[in-house]
Amino acid sequence: MDMLPGIYRWIHIMAGVMWIGLLYYFNFVQVAALKAAQADSTAAGITKHVAPRALFYFRWAALVTWLAGAALLGSNFVAAFAFHAGFQKIGIGAWLGTIMLLNVWGVIWPNQKKILGLVQATDEQKNKARRVAFLASRTNTALSIPMLFFMVAQTHIPM
Amino acid sequence: MKNPLDSLWGTVITGFVLTAILYFVVKSLMGG
Repeated sequence: MDMLPGIYRWIHIMAGVMWIGLLYYFNFVQVAALKAAQADSTAAGITKHVAPRALFYFRWAALVTWLAGAALLGSNFVAAFAFHAGFQKIGIGAWLGTIMLLNVWGVIWPNQKKILGLVQATDEQKNKARRVAFLASRTNTALSIPMLFFMVAQTHIPM
Repeated sequence: MKNPLDSLWGTVITGFVLTAILYFVVKSLMGG
């Protein structure tokens, strides 16, 4: 039983690396690669074969990260989310992570399903979905910076 | 005004600015 918090932390970090790693892949690599691939008509290689696989691991890693983080907080879950004394830093990290998770499952994934043709959508709906998913993904990239700072700050950065 | 999230570096800078703002928010929450 003493090992459980350590195991939750280990899973939280592994899944978090996969989640944020894929988020950075989308934002730092795939957006620019798709633009270049569209110019020489090779975008299907990415949209058909890479993006669906990356999105699968991305959204499930996001959920596993959050669940392992919640398990790690355990009885301090409410204290963190309510910013109780001693939990302000991890509280900010937990809130940012939660907003990012909701962004993944509530905004990015439903719009990506339209873009990838997994649900029916007109060209106009696809174009709108592209813009919304792009901005949601960029928002998560921006939020990941303070989220990681405050997750680390709880025990490693004095304030 | 251009949306900073349209550019990759605008996004990264937004993240750092947000970190700085939240740093002072947390510091005041901690009574510092």
